[in-house]
Amino acid sequence: MTRAAILLSVLLFLPCPLAAVEPGEILKDPVLEERARTISKELRCLVCQNQSIDDSDADLARDLRVLVRERLTAGDSDDQVISYIVSRYGDFVLLRPPVNKSTAILWGGPALILLAGALGLVLYFRRRRGIETAKPLSREEEARLAEIRKGDAP
Amino acid sequence: MRRAFLTPILFLAGLGTVFGLYLWQIGSGEKNISDLPSALIDKPAPEFNLPPILEGGAGFSSAMLKSRVSLVNIWASWCPPCRVEHPLLMRLAREGVTIYGINYKDKPEEALGFLKDLGNPFRAIGADRTGRTAIDWGVYGYPETFVVDKAGRIRYRHVGPLRGEDLTEKILPLLKRLRQ
Repeated sequence: MTRAAILLSVLLFLPCPLAAVEPGEILKDPVLEERARTISKELRCLVCQNQSIDDSDADLARDLRVLVRERLTAGDSDDQVISYIVSRYGDFVLLRPPVNKSTAILWGGPALILLAGALGLVLYFRRRRGIETAKPLSREEEARLAEIRKGDAP
Repeated sequence: MRRAFLTPILFLAGLGTVFGLYLWQIGSGEKNISDLPSALIDKPAPEFNLPPILEGGAGFSSAMLKSRVSLVNIWASWCPPCRVEHPLLMRLAREGVTIYGINYKDKPEEALGFLKDLGNPFRAIGADRTGRTAIDWGVYGYPETFVVDKAGRIRYRHVGPLRGEDLTEKILPLLKRLRQ
């Protein structure tokens, strides 16, 4: 009984991948269809910009899904299909931005910030060590200190 | 010691300024975050040959773009913002700007009704029933307007309805420059 309850709750809370692919769009060849699904998950729906065309119900997303399947059926490789779409809609259509000149800050930023932090830490500890190993007193200072102490003695 | 204290504050203040400016630009409508750069800027317009809205008569093909500076407007009768911008297109046409239309996924009778009610600013119209030509142009929102130069290359793309300031600030100066 409890086991069934646990199983049920696990099933209920499993992330449920909802695709917008309609039955009529699905290709007969399961291998091609699988490739189409993988490609579709990488392509942004430009109408609702945080969904992939695989997830989106937008009209344009549907047209693009069909187009991806057409290109695959025509014998294009996965890369050819993706670059076909990118040549029309630009890099923004890729949900995973490519590394190039315009995305250099995006990809390099975290590393740069980490480096800056590390540099800051190194400088900070260097300076602190500098404070701890203060110069010893000079001979005159020693003499003056002894003078002052003598005065303090009861 | 003072510097170690000030550096993070200055850093945060700098970041705050950048983000604030960005937000301000969005708020004032100067920047639209959903506007995307076209992948086709400075590239030749895609090849297409579209039929007219109704059988008979001429449609619109990419070959027609290679003679003069022109605007290409992608519109549909079912698209409310297209209605909003239509008077501006009419004004441009009266001022002698060549405008071509791509009628996107529309019913012929409704498209013709739209033009009958609001006027026809287009030198030629092609009916894109499947939406494939619009995909070739990288269209994702309606209406969209492209500026095409004499050589048939795309020079500018505007997403959404045109407003008066889009014309005076960007499109008209660009048309003037391209005509020279």
